[in-house]
Amino acid sequence: MKFETVIGLEIHAQLKTESKIFCGCSTKFGAPPNSHTCPVCLGLPGSLPVLNKKVVEFAIKMGLATGSDINRINQFARKNYFYPDLPKGYQTSQFDLPIVEHGEVEIEVDGKKRVIGITRMHMEEDAGKLIHDDREPVSYVDLNRTGTPLLEIVSEPDIRSPEEAAAYLRKIHAILRYLDICDGNMQEGSFRCDANISLRPVGQEKLGTRTELKNMNSFRNVQSALEYEVRRQRDILMEGGTIVQETLLWNPDRNCTESMRSKDDAHDYRYFPCPDLVPVRIDDAWIEEIRATLPELPEARKLRFIQEYELPEHDASLLTNSRELADYFETAAKACNQPKKVSNWMMTELMRELKGEELSTCKVGAEQLGSLVNMVETGTISGKIAKTVFLEMMASGKGPETVVEEQNLGQVSNESELLTIVRRIIADNPGQVTDFKGGKTKLMSYFVGQLMQKTKGQANPALANKLFTQELAG
Amino acid sequence: MKITKEEVEKVAHLARLHLSAEELETMTTQLDTILSYVAKLDELDTTGVQAMTHAFSESNAFREDKVTDSLAREDALANGPCQNGEAFVVPRVI
Repeated sequence: MKFETVIGLEIHAQLKTESKIFCGCSTKFGAPPNSHTCPVCLGLPGSLPVLNKKVVEFAIKMGLATGSDINRINQFARKNYFYPDLPKGYQTSQFDLPIVEHGEVEIEVDGKKRVIGITRMHMEEDAGKLIHDDREPVSYVDLNRTGTPLLEIVSEPDIRSPEEAAAYLRKIHAILRYLDICDGNMQEGSFRCDANISLRPVGQEKLGTRTELKNMNSFRNVQSALEYEVRRQRDILMEGGTIVQETLLWNPDRNCTESMRSKDDAHDYRYFPCPDLVPVRIDDAWIEEIRATLPELPEARKLRFIQEYELPEHDASLLTNSRELADYFETAAKACNQPKKVSNWMMTELMRELKGEELSTCKVGAEQLGSLVNMVETGTISGKIAKTVFLEMMASGKGPETVVEEQNLGQVSNESELLTIVRRIIADNPGQVTDFKGGKTKLMSYFVGQLMQKTKGQANPALANKLFTQELAG
Repeated sequence: MKITKEEVEKVAHLARLHLSAEELETMTTQLDTILSYVAKLDELDTTGVQAMTHAFSESNAFREDKVTDSLAREDALANGPCQNGEAFVVPRVI
C-alpha cells in the first residue's frame, strides 16, 4: 500500500525584545540563573502583567510578511497546567482570538513550488528552564527565560514530506531573520519546532493518527526525525498495526524517536480569557505604520538579485535563503564587481568549507572574498591558485593579499621568465611539436599544462597561450 | 443539577486538590448553587451581542520595551521552600 505523509509544524520563535513580554526583566541569554526575575515573571501574588508594545509590533510584522490577516481585536488567555518551569500555574497565551490568522508561504523542493498555509500565529510567554541533577533525584529551576516573548507559528497540515518540512522551516526562519524580530538560534533555543506527523493511504481524505515530535534543535534534526518517524509509522501500518497518539522525543545520539512519558491530563488546559490583560485593538493606521517599516523580504530580494546582478534563478534563490548569506553576497559583489563569480565561489567553495557551520563563524569576510575574486580577474593569481589561497584564508583568517605574499603564490606574468620555460618545453617535446604543426592544435592545452606543472600552476594562462602560439608559429 | 460529582472530582484533580468524600459532597452542592445562579443569564437573549472578555471598554494597556531592574537573586529565591542559592530545587521531573 502507498502512503501519503501529512505534516504540520508548530514553531516557537523568541522575539528579539530587550525586556520580557509582561515585565521589564531583561531577556538576555546566558545570565546567572534566576538573576532576571521579578514579582511578575515569578508569578508572585498581587503582581500584574503589562504587555510589551514591541511584541505586538513584531507579531504584526510577521503577519504582514506572510500575507496573513491581522485580527483587529485579540486577547490573551490562560493555559492552565502544572509544571515546575511555570511558576504561575498557567501560561499566558492566546487561544480563540490570536493576533494573526490565515497566512501562507511558498516553498520550493526539487524545483517544485508549493504553498504552505499558516493557520495562526499567537503571542505567548516562554517557560523557565529545568536542569536535572546527574546524581540526586532533583531538578533545578532557572526562571530567567520565564516571560520571554514567543511567537507561536502554526502551519496547516499542508506539508507532504520531511524535505518540505525542512524547506518550510527554513523559509519561516529566513523571514524572521529578514524582519530582524528573532535571532533564529536553534542551539540556544530561540527558534524551536515541534511537528505533528501522520500517514494515510494515498487517496484517503481522513487523516491518520498522528504523533507529535519534540526536541529537534537543528534543521537537520527536524528532517532526520521526520524521516525516521515516516519509516516507523509505515512499518507499523504495513504490519496491520495501529499508531498510538503520543509525544515522541528525537534522540540525536541514537538517531531515533523515543516515547516521552505522557504528562497527566496534558490536554485539559481549561483556557479562559486572562482577566489581567485587556484586549489588544489594532487599527489600520498602526498596521500601515508597521507595513512601512517592512524590509525587503527573501522573495523580493531574489527577484532583485536576478535583475540587478544578472544571477540565474537558482543562485538568487539559494543566496537569498538567509539574510546573512544575501548580505555577504552583496558586500562581496560590491567589492569586486563580479557578482556571478562571487556567487559561484559562495555556492561551491564557501558552502563546502563551512561544513554546515553558521556563516557568522566564517573566518573569510565578504570583502576578503571580493578581493580574492578581484585578484583572479586582474591576473594576480590563477583560478586554481585562488582555491589554495581560499583554503588558507578559511584556516587562518588572513586576507588574500597576505596569503599570496607569504606563500609566494603570485602568478608569473614575467614574460622573459616564462619564455625560457616555454622554449625548454618545446625542445623537450619534438613529437608533439611536429603533430601540432601538422594541425593537431588541441595540443596547445598539453603545452600549457606542461608549463603549469613546471610553474606549480602560477603561470599566467593568457600569457602562456600567447607565448606558445608565438614560439610554435612557423 | 448543573454539575456532577465526577466533574467536581476531575476539576479538583486538575487543580491538585485532595477532597475527602464529605468535602466532595459539600463542594458539589455549593458549585451547583453558584452555577444555577449564574445560569440566570441564559434567560437573556444575546443574539447579535458580541462576546466580551472584560466588563470595561479599556484596551491597549502597553509598556515600552525598556529593561527595568530585576530582583536580587537572594530575594527572588527567598520564598522557595527549597533552593540552593542559585536555583529553586524541586523533586526531579522526567
